Amino acid sequence: MAKAIVLAACALGAGIAVLTGVGPAIGQGYAAGKAVEAVGRQPEAQGKIRSTLIVGGALAETTGIYAFITALMLIFVAPNMFVELLG
Amino acid sequence: MEINITGPQIFYEIPVLGGIKITESHVNSAFIILLVYIVCKILTSSLKLVPTTKRQIIAEFLVEKCRGMVSETMGDRCISYTPFVMAILSLVGLSNLLGLLGMYPPTADVSIPLGWSITVFLIITREKLRGGLGGYLKGFLEPIFVFAPLNVISEVALPVSMAFRLFGNILSGVVISELLLWALGNFSILAFSWLTEAISSFPIFQVGIPAIFSLYFDIFSGCLQAYVFATLAMLNISMAGSDE
Repeated sequence: MAKAIVLAACALGAGIAVLTGVGPAIGQGYAAGKAVEAVGRQPEAQGKIRSTLIVGGALAETTGIYAFITALMLIFVAPNMFVELLG
Repeated sequence: MEINITGPQIFYEIPVLGGIKITESHVNSAFIILLVYIVCKILTSSLKLVPTTKRQIIAEFLVEKCRGMVSETMGDRCISYTPFVMAILSLVGLSNLLGLLGMYPPTADVSIPLGWSITVFLIITREKLRGGLGGYLKGFLEPIFVFAPLNVISEVALPVSMAFRLFGNILSGVVISELLLWALGNFSILAFSWLTEAISSFPIFQVGIPAIFSLYFDIFSGCLQAYVFATLAMLNISMAGSDE
């Protein structure tokens, strides 16, 4: 029983952790929209805007990546750990 | 069909200090280092003052491009970091692209990106120490001494976040490709289950379709993450140097 609860909690936790992806998605969409505006205003600066956008997007992605790693650990690492702990 | 997501294989275990494991990622990254070394050796062999061979023209073009990129991002003051930054860029880029050959990309093992980001962190610390040890230690007490623990955490967070960004991106590509392969295999079994056993057991959807997704996950994402890693290293190093 305890084992089942641990497994269920790990699966639920992984699902909830991945919900963090909402944040980076909104941020990246906002950044991309602003970049489109900037290109519309100054088409000649397109190259510079693109590289800045890519770096900014990658930075904004960080929290999403943390969530992904947390979810992976909850799926692959945590169940074994807790089940061993319970004996 | 089974989902087969595993870490790097362990090839050999050196019996010192409780067993140092030599894994697939170490071997593959050593292979990358050897590859980069051989390419550089070939390109720079028998240089002349006035280039006569195609080889030397390619080498000069590459060096010119790299120096331009570094001086654009870091300023002319940091031009001496070009070899380091380009070593990082080529290693990360080729490691990410190694998945294309069906080998295990070393960047999908957290210890390899962490090693690179710790190297970057050491260089950043060296840049900060240029202003003297006192100034470096005093930087932790800004704006007031209460912030010291937070400043230490933000210092340590830099290599960790750089390593995890690279690792997470590449690993997510590996995991999603694996899940996709599994799903396509099951889907093809489901779709052709009304045919004879011999035909339906052949996963027809696994042919070709994963290659399209690999275009994004391996080539685009891999090159992008290498560029981002190198850019962040350059920005952080140049920022650390210009504090004083």
